[in-house]
Amino acid sequence: MKNIYIILLSLFALLFTAPALRASEQESGDGHSGGELNPKEILFEHLGDGYGWEVPFNHHKRIPLPVIVYASDGFHCFLSSKVSDGKVYKDGDVEFMIAPKSSPYSGKVVELADGKEVKPRFDISITKNVCALFISAFIVCCMAFAVVRFYKKNGMRAPRKGVGAIESLIVFIYDGVVKSTLGDQAKRFAPYLLTVFFFIFTMNILGLIVVFPGGANLTGNVAVTLVLAICTFLATNLFGTKHYWKEIFWPDVPLWLKFPLPIMPIIEIFGMFTKPAALTVRLFANMMGGHMIVLVLTLLIFIFAAMNPFAGGGTTVLSVAFSIFMLLLDVLVSFIQAYVFTMLSTIFISLAQEHEHKKEEHQEIKAHEA
Amino acid sequence: MELFTPDFGMIFWMFVSFAVLFFILWKFAWPMIIKNVESRADLIDKGVEYAQSAKLQLDNASAEAQKYIAEARRQQADMLREADKMKTQIIEDARNAAQKEAQKVMDAAKVSIEQARKEAEQSFRDQVSDYALDIATKVVRRQLDDPKAQKELAGKLLDEMERNN
Repeated sequence: MKNIYIILLSLFALLFTAPALRASEQESGDGHSGGELNPKEILFEHLGDGYGWEVPFNHHKRIPLPVIVYASDGFHCFLSSKVSDGKVYKDGDVEFMIAPKSSPYSGKVVELADGKEVKPRFDISITKNVCALFISAFIVCCMAFAVVRFYKKNGMRAPRKGVGAIESLIVFIYDGVVKSTLGDQAKRFAPYLLTVFFFIFTMNILGLIVVFPGGANLTGNVAVTLVLAICTFLATNLFGTKHYWKEIFWPDVPLWLKFPLPIMPIIEIFGMFTKPAALTVRLFANMMGGHMIVLVLTLLIFIFAAMNPFAGGGTTVLSVAFSIFMLLLDVLVSFIQAYVFTMLSTIFISLAQEHEHKKEEHQEIKAHEA
Repeated sequence: MELFTPDFGMIFWMFVSFAVLFFILWKFAWPMIIKNVESRADLIDKGVEYAQSAKLQLDNASAEAQKYIAEARRQQADMLREADKMKTQIIEDARNAAQKEAQKVMDAAKVSIEQARKEAEQSFRDQVSDYALDIATKVVRRQLDDPKAQKELAGKLLDEMERNN
């Protein structure tokens, strides 16, 4: 029985070898990557952002998205299809195009002034990532309001199925992370932390779906994680207690560590910024890594197929198997990273919520232990 | 490296969308959900507590009921016994009363009978004496028709009177 599965799988793989080969030929024949398969370029194109949204089975047709730039003479807004495929678009007196690969602004919309590419002052285009961001935000809204609507309709009854799953996630985060760490301050910070969790989780999961509403490497984008980390940084420091600031500028250490040369305060201030930095990099690197592994595994098929059709066939089986495994693992990672980000944010916030008496209690406990 | 440099547009939109999302959910969703979940948890806790106490009460109640039933049985038996006793007592009393009454009636009857008898006797005696006197008068009248016999009788009576003196 097992052998039959293996044989079937190999046949299936061989079936796909031919289209795969053709696809790789097409890709190289299109001049898309300068004549031959360029894995690095494909990889970074998929990991990065774009002005249009790819559709399956067609490499040239993209869902056009609005480009919004602040050029030398004010704001310009046009569809990305106007500048796709190296076209030059004249909007008013200014000409726009997507910078070619040779330019330092490769892949970005630039303004053509006297034949030279000039980067617009602001580029707040609704790119693929921004669009995915809106979709994620919308989904999070829908999820939260599905629960609210259920309550409004059914009062005290417990929701089942989908709404029940969302509610149990909320309770999992609120009871397991927020309440247990922040205690009586939980209600104050729960909205922020729950929003962060659900937003990250939705973005992560959406990133794993390859076709339209998903496929954007959102949380693998450093800007997204940076903003989230900055929000945590603000929540930590804007609501920090007097005790928290005292611990930073005048910590409870021997005098020589803080007086002539403020060693400890410098370290503490440094720590204030390393915390959000760690948050940024952790989420970004984890999600980007996951995407990259799946992409590399998929690219392996084309790399090997270019060498030898049979090698390509064999690789297909292995690559697909590993890709599925990695994607499943990424589902887990999506949840874990959202959870970890929320948990660490909670801990950072709770550290800034400590009061004097708590420390005294600690000391008392220590004195008792001694 | 493009991947590691945050893009301004992305930061801008991320900030905007996150702020809007946070504001909406903060105002209209999370507090409501948390409040509802917590009140439901309270409700369930209370329900469990109530059920436990109800169970306890039920257990107690059945024991109590058993006790009451036993008590009631005892009382019933007591009451029956009491009633029985009372019944005999009442019958006894009635009988006594009846007897007494009967006695009284009988005594009264006796008295009236006696009286009647005495009256009858009296009247009988009166009648007899009347008759006797009549007869005696008639007898005496006939015997005293001849003067000899009158004399004889007067002599006899005088004799008797003498003797009596």
